[in-house]
Amino acid sequence: MNVRILYFARLREDMGLAQEMFDLPAAVGDVKSLRAQLVARGGASAAALGSGKAIRVSVNQDIAREDTPVKAGDEIAFFPPVTGG
Amino acid sequence: MAVRVQREDFDSGAEIAAFRRADPGIGAIASFIGLVRDANDGDAVAGMTLEHYPGMTEKALAGIVEQAKARWDIIDALVIHRVGELKPLDQIVMVAVTGAHRGAAFAACEFIMDYLKTQAPFWKREQTAQGTRWVEARTSDDQAAARWGEPQAK
Repeated sequence: MNVRILYFARLREDMGLAQEMFDLPAAVGDVKSLRAQLVARGGASAAALGSGKAIRVSVNQDIAREDTPVKAGDEIAFFPPVTGG
Repeated sequence: MAVRVQREDFDSGAEIAAFRRADPGIGAIASFIGLVRDANDGDAVAGMTLEHYPGMTEKALAGIVEQAKARWDIIDALVIHRVGELKPLDQIVMVAVTGAHRGAAFAACEFIMDYLKTQAPFWKREQTAQGTRWVEARTSDDQAAARWGEPQAK
């Protein structure tokens, strides 16, 4: 029941990794609860993903919201607000 | 519709010539080119690195072009965005929109740029005399996108 999690830009640096596989607990059903689970690990995850950080999330390469569903096999990315163009 | 993410520079004249393809139905082409400035937030900028999310970037840009085509009576749109190492004077992004008339082409071109700035997953890291730093997102860009009146996230 894994999801692939990607980190970009400042978040990649803060996490110290570009991607990881995460075993999805049964209680995690959306973006908000996934982020809370990651933060609960403490350390870099708590510092990079904790509340107060401006973070955008995508699920399967579409911009997501806090209540966007998350399920096994999904590709989820966390990143700062975008600055292209 | 064409969306390209590339490290290489582009020739805007050649891109427009290829894009219009001698289509006699096209009466207007609106285009925009974004460039690397030599200063940002009061500091001199020596260069920047543009990072992106391969796969999602192309999907996001294609989605933005589809929204523009749904909202305006345009013929087609082209988006080219560079990634990697860039220096002041370099071209970063090009948007071109073809239509029968200028009004829709102008509006769609501006809409595509405003949405690209706030929704396409690119991040700039710039080099200054104080070292490198991630460029902060601007609330003015959010406001520019919001004035088109559509939700930014689905």
